[in-house]
Amino acid sequence: MEPQLLMGNEACVEGAIVAGITFYAGYPITPSNEIGEIMSRRLPRLGRTFIQMEDEIASMAAVIGASIAGAKAMTATSGPGFSLMQENIGFAAMAEVPCVVVNVMRGGPSTGLPTLPSQGDVQQARWGTHGDHPIIVLTPSSVREAFDLTIKAVNFSEQYRTPVIMLMDEVIGHLREKVVLPQPESIDIINRARPTCPPEWYRPFEDNKSGVPLMAAFGDGYRYHITGLTHDEMGFPTTKPCEVDAAINRLFKKIRQGFDEIMLCETFLTDDATCVIVAYGSVARTAKSVVLQLRTAGKKAGLLKLQTLWPFPRRAIEGLPQSVKELYVPEMNMGQIYREVLRVNQGRRTVRKISKVDGELITPQEMVQVVA
Amino acid sequence: MAYRNINVYQYLRHEKKFPLIWCAGCGNGIVLGSIIRALHTLGLPKDQVVMVSGIGCSGRTSTYVDVNTLHTTHGRALAFATGVKLARPELTVLVVMGDGDALAIGGNHFIHAARRNIDMTAFVYNNNIYGMTGGQMSPTTPQGKIATTAPFGNIEQSFDVMRLAEAAGATFAARGTVFDTDRLDELVELAIRKNGFSVLEILSPCPTIYGRHNKLGSAVDMLRHLDEDTVSLDEAENIADAIKSGKIPTGVFVDIDRPEFCESYAALVKKAQGK
Ligand SMILES: Cc1ncc(C[n+]2csc(CCOP(=O)(O)OP(=O)(O)O)c2C)c(N)n1
Ligand code: SF4
Repeated sequence: MEPQLLMGNEACVEGAIVAGITFYAGYPITPSNEIGEIMSRRLPRLGRTFIQMEDEIASMAAVIGASIAGAKAMTATSGPGFSLMQENIGFAAMAEVPCVVVNVMRGGPSTGLPTLPSQGDVQQARWGTHGDHPIIVLTPSSVREAFDLTIKAVNFSEQYRTPVIMLMDEVIGHLREKVVLPQPESIDIINRARPTCPPEWYRPFEDNKSGVPLMAAFGDGYRYHITGLTHDEMGFPTTKPCEVDAAINRLFKKIRQGFDEIMLCETFLTDDATCVIVAYGSVARTAKSVVLQLRTAGKKAGLLKLQTLWPFPRRAIEGLPQSVKELYVPEMNMGQIYREVLRVNQGRRTVRKISKVDGELITPQEMVQVVA
Repeated sequence: MAYRNINVYQYLRHEKKFPLIWCAGCGNGIVLGSIIRALHTLGLPKDQVVMVSGIGCSGRTSTYVDVNTLHTTHGRALAFATGVKLARPELTVLVVMGDGDALAIGGNHFIHAARRNIDMTAFVYNNNIYGMTGGQMSPTTPQGKIATTAPFGNIEQSFDVMRLAEAAGATFAARGTVFDTDRLDELVELAIRKNGFSVLEILSPCPTIYGRHNKLGSAVDMLRHLDEDTVSLDEAENIADAIKSGKIPTGVFVDIDRPEFCESYAALVKKAQGK
C-alpha cells in the first residue's frame, strides 16, 4: 500500500474497519474525538452503523447489545468516560460479549488534564469494574501499532469472547506518522465461533477445551438468555456454589490458556544487556532513544516494550537474560506497571521507577539521569 | 378464557425456570401474560423477538419468556436494546423496566430513546416503589406515600410518565393496569405494532412492600383500588376531565407518526454511498 500520513486515532479507525467492526457507539470526549468523528464518516459509506449515544454508559450498553445481535462492536473514550463505562464492561466480561473499548488516556483524576498525555488508567483498565474478572489490555507505541493492535484487540475479543481495552496515551492518539499499512488481504481476521448444532442442543455457556463457549447471535434461531447475574451453562441465574465456582473459574481459564498468544512484547538490544528499560506507549519511544544513547556511552542497556499490559506479561520479564541486573520502569503515572514489575521480579533484580505526572512527556535526559 | 392459557404456555421456558421469583399477588405476572398473549395475537415468531430487561423485580420477566432474552444492568435496558435493534433492525424489540429502572437511573436513556424514535416498545411496570431492593421511594412514588427511605412520607413530586414520554418525543404512549387485562392486552398489541418508540406504563401492585408500608390491604384489595382509582380516557370526555376527577387516566395518550430511527439511518447510508 502507499505510504500515508496518519494520526494514531485515525489508524485506530482504519484498523477497526479492516478488523470488521460493523458497529460503533460513542460519546464525545477529548482526546479521543477523532475516532468517533471519523467513524461517523466512514461507517455509513460501508453500510455499517455509527451512533452517538447520550453518554458513555449508553455507548457501552449499545456496543454490547449490538455484539449480542451479531455485530463486531466498539467504542472509544477517555478517562472520565472510561470510568462511566466500567459497570457495563463488567457486564461484557460476565456475559462474555466480544467488544473493544479504546481509551485515549489523558491526565486524571477527574476532569484532570483533558488535552495532556498520561498513562494513569493502567490499573483502572485492569480492575475498574467490580468483582473478579479477567481482561485483555493492549497499548500501542506508534501509529502503525495503533492500527495493528486495534486489529488484535478485535480479534482477541472475538476469539476469547471478552471485552478488550486498548489504552492509547494522548501522544499516540494525536501523533502523525508516515505509515505503510499492510494489504487487508494479508491480515488475519478472527470471528467468534458460532454454534452449528440444532437449537435444542445449544448450551450457550458450556465449557469446552478452549474455555470459550460458542456464541449465537440473537435472531439466528438459538433463543437463549443472557444476564449479568452469575449463570449456569444455560445462561440462567444460579447461586449454587459449584455452578458459580465453575462459571467464574472458566472466565479466568479461557484467558490463562491463551496467555502465550495474548502476550505481545518486543525486545530491543536485551541479549547482552545489564540494564533494561521496561516501557510501553509513547514512553517506549523515548526509552528506545535512551537505550541507543546509553549504548554509545558504553552502558549495556536494552528495552522491553510491552504491547500487552493485561494479563501482565510476566514471562517477558522473567525471560530476560541473566546478565540483566537492573530494571527501570518509566511511566506517565505514579508507578502503576512498576508495581507489577516489582511483583513478578521477586527481588531478583533492582527495580526502579521513573514517574512523571505533570502532563509533560518524560524526556530522554530525565531517563538517562536515572539509568546511567 | 382457557384458550389464552394455552397460548401463554407455548411462550414460557419450562425447564428449571419456575416457580417465578415474584411474590404471590404481584402484578408482574399479569403483565407477562399480556405481553405473551400480544405476541401470540400478532403472530410474531419467537426467534424474531428480543426481550431486553433492566434490573428489579420487573427485570426478571425476561428469564421466563422463550424468546431471545437479555437481562442487562440497572437502568440501561433501553441503551442495550438500541444496540440490538440497530444491529438487527428486523427484530422486534421489547424492553421491560421497573419505574426506578426506567425513570430514575435510566431516565436519561428513556428520554433519548424517545427523542430518537427508535422502533421498540418500552414497558414501564409502575408499582410506585423499588421492589427488588426492599421498598425505597421511586420517581413514581406519590407525594405523601411511605417508603423505607421516605418514612415520614414522600415530599417529592412524582413523574407523569405519559407527559414525560410525550415531551421527549415518543410516538406512542399509553397507560394500562393489571386490573383491566383485556384492555391491557389491546394496549400491548398497539404498542408493539407501532413503528416507532412506544411507551406502555402499566400500573401494577406490589402488595408485599408498597401495599404493606402504605396499608393498602391485600393483593385483591390493591387490584380493586386500581379499578377505583383509574378512569379510562375512552370514558372521560377528555384528559383534563379525567384528571379533574382525581383519578389516574388510562388509555392511549400519544399516537403520532414521525420518521423512525433505523429507517432514517438506512436512508443516511444510501446518501453516504451516493445512491
Ligand atoms: C447501578 C445499580 N444501582 C443500584 C442497584 C440496586 N437495585 C436493584 S433493583 C433496584 C430498583 C428496583 O426498583 P424498580 O426499578 O422500580 O423495579 P421493581 O423492583 O420495583 O420492579 C435497585 C436500586 C443496582 N442493581 N445497580
Ligand atoms: S416485592 Fe413487590 S414488585 Fe417485587 S415481586 Fe414482590 S410484590 Fe412484586
